[in-house]
Amino acid sequence: MDLDNNLKSVKHKIVILSGKGGVGKSTVATQIALSLKQQGLKVGVLDVDLCGPSIPRMLNVEDKDIHQSSQGWVPVYPDPSQTLAVMSIAFLLNKKDDPVVWRGPKKNAMIKQFLSDVVWGDLDYLIIDTPPGTSDEHITVVEGLQGYNPDGVVLVTTPQAVAVGDVRRELTFCRKTKLPVLGVVENMSGFVCPHCAECSNVFSKGGGEALAREFNIPFLGCVPLDPQLSECLENGQSFVEAFSSSPSAQILNKIAETLHQRTAMNGSIS
Amino acid sequence: MSEKPENAPEHCPGTESEDAGKSSACQGCPNQNICSSAKPKGPDPDLAVIQERLSSVKHKILVLSGKGGVGKSTVTSMLARGLALDDNLQVGILDVDICGPSIPRVMGLEGEQVHQSGSGWSPVYVEDNLGVMSAGFLLSSPDDAIIWRGPKKNGLIKQFLRDVDWEDTNYLVIDTPPGTSDEHLSVVQYLQHAVIDGAVIVTTPQEVSLMDVRKEINFCKKVKLPIIGVIENMSGFICPSCKNESQIFPPTTGGAEKMAEDMKVPFLGKLPLDPRIGKCCDEGTSFFEEFPDSPAVTSYQQIIKDIPDNLLFGNQTKDLLHMYLTFIPLFTKSFFTSTIFKGYSSG
Repeated sequence: MDLDNNLKSVKHKIVILSGKGGVGKSTVATQIALSLKQQGLKVGVLDVDLCGPSIPRMLNVEDKDIHQSSQGWVPVYPDPSQTLAVMSIAFLLNKKDDPVVWRGPKKNAMIKQFLSDVVWGDLDYLIIDTPPGTSDEHITVVEGLQGYNPDGVVLVTTPQAVAVGDVRRELTFCRKTKLPVLGVVENMSGFVCPHCAECSNVFSKGGGEALAREFNIPFLGCVPLDPQLSECLENGQSFVEAFSSSPSAQILNKIAETLHQRTAMNGSIS
Repeated sequence: MSEKPENAPEHCPGTESEDAGKSSACQGCPNQNICSSAKPKGPDPDLAVIQERLSSVKHKILVLSGKGGVGKSTVTSMLARGLALDDNLQVGILDVDICGPSIPRVMGLEGEQVHQSGSGWSPVYVEDNLGVMSAGFLLSSPDDAIIWRGPKKNGLIKQFLRDVDWEDTNYLVIDTPPGTSDEHLSVVQYLQHAVIDGAVIVTTPQEVSLMDVRKEINFCKKVKLPIIGVIENMSGFICPSCKNESQIFPPTTGGAEKMAEDMKVPFLGKLPLDPRIGKCCDEGTSFFEEFPDSPAVTSYQQIIKDIPDNLLFGNQTKDLLHMYLTFIPLFTKSFFTSTIFKGYSSG
């Protein structure tokens, strides 16, 4: 297996991080991937959340298996165009309710395999979804991407202080590991009541934007809560495609476009 | 537990076996180095120390979820605050989420530090009868990150369990990070002699959460951790303007109640999404005190009221068994048998 080739053929690598769980990392990862795919780009999504792999369901490939080729593991393609490739531990589980009860060393070994042994082919973007925290998975991903020029990190938070508190720590992680921060997304930022159109700040407001200002990092946008987004994720439907006129879809598409513009400049410089 | 990895050779002894990494079958296995270097040598003397330390804690409740962001820390703090409203009870919170310790902020204790006394580490007290311990108290600034791999996290968890002096405590509520990994395995392993009453499992209604929570329930079953029950959090949002209810996280597959029924575990109740709960968590104030009229308070009170009942039989059984095992040499076999039977039927 040629270790170099598998990641070398991937033009841009973006890691989705948050110190906090449940803020929408997988949601943002999948919708950015789908949005980039809609723009005609070839995209991969690598799910390194081994205990709680959400990506396959969100991309409607929940019951798929992976198989080996002579060059390594072949990722799962949700459609025949093969412009979206997916890898997750969920594909390796015998039963989807089986817990993955692994300590750090075993998780690290699996993540290293995911980084080196998946035959991504020529991808424009590889989006790497992570579990919450600053531990084994994150350290191993950073080490595994060394030498392959990752474009950087998108930090996802919800507006409230409890979430932002963890994301500050994630920023420290990025600084210590010298990962560039492409921007902050404030997810679940406001809910427009479908009955009366009143906007409620269910999880407070503005924390992500304030964090970006404080640390002088780009603010990518506020994504409001939209039950239709939740439903699409549940059903493996592309929200950015099915509900493209919704405010949440518009901002997610804009975030994807911004990331594409920023990272495309990286490509032309290197 | 004797796990065999997917890529293990045919006669793999199992990763938890004494021969892991060392048997002839391990030669050439990609996991050999990991297995042979990760083994403790002999029984761990700290387990007995932990058992002794926690013998003064009557009930230990783990708050778990496979999924992040469902409200474990919120539920932990609310359960603890709710139990502590009874001045006769002594309550503790132990936060073993080392990378994302939310409990200090949620309990209004940000910036507090750990103090050592002659008898060990002292919890930080919110009220006279409510003490807290968290990795957050070990950080000197809110931006400090704990970037540790598993073994180091395990070491800190063991220290918490071994060295914190809870004194006489009725309820110790243990908040955990999401997942089924080092922290969860360590807590179960280190507390194996200290007896955990069980786990409260928190989820939100949607399938993307339930998927992970089913795994957590299976984890509990695998490590023989009793399940006190499942709580469905963020279950419906009442618009403060028009008072209509919306399902922000729609239960497309029946929600937590159906999941609990399918997996044959108790369902403890639903908690609505009230933005003021998040506000109290951000400000470190008690939701019970600030907004006593919220429907969420009623829901929490019902769940908290039921918890001691869910634990009571278990505790009675433990107490009875302890008593009988201590005095068994003094009784004849037939007397012992009839007294045990009476104890169960009156529990």
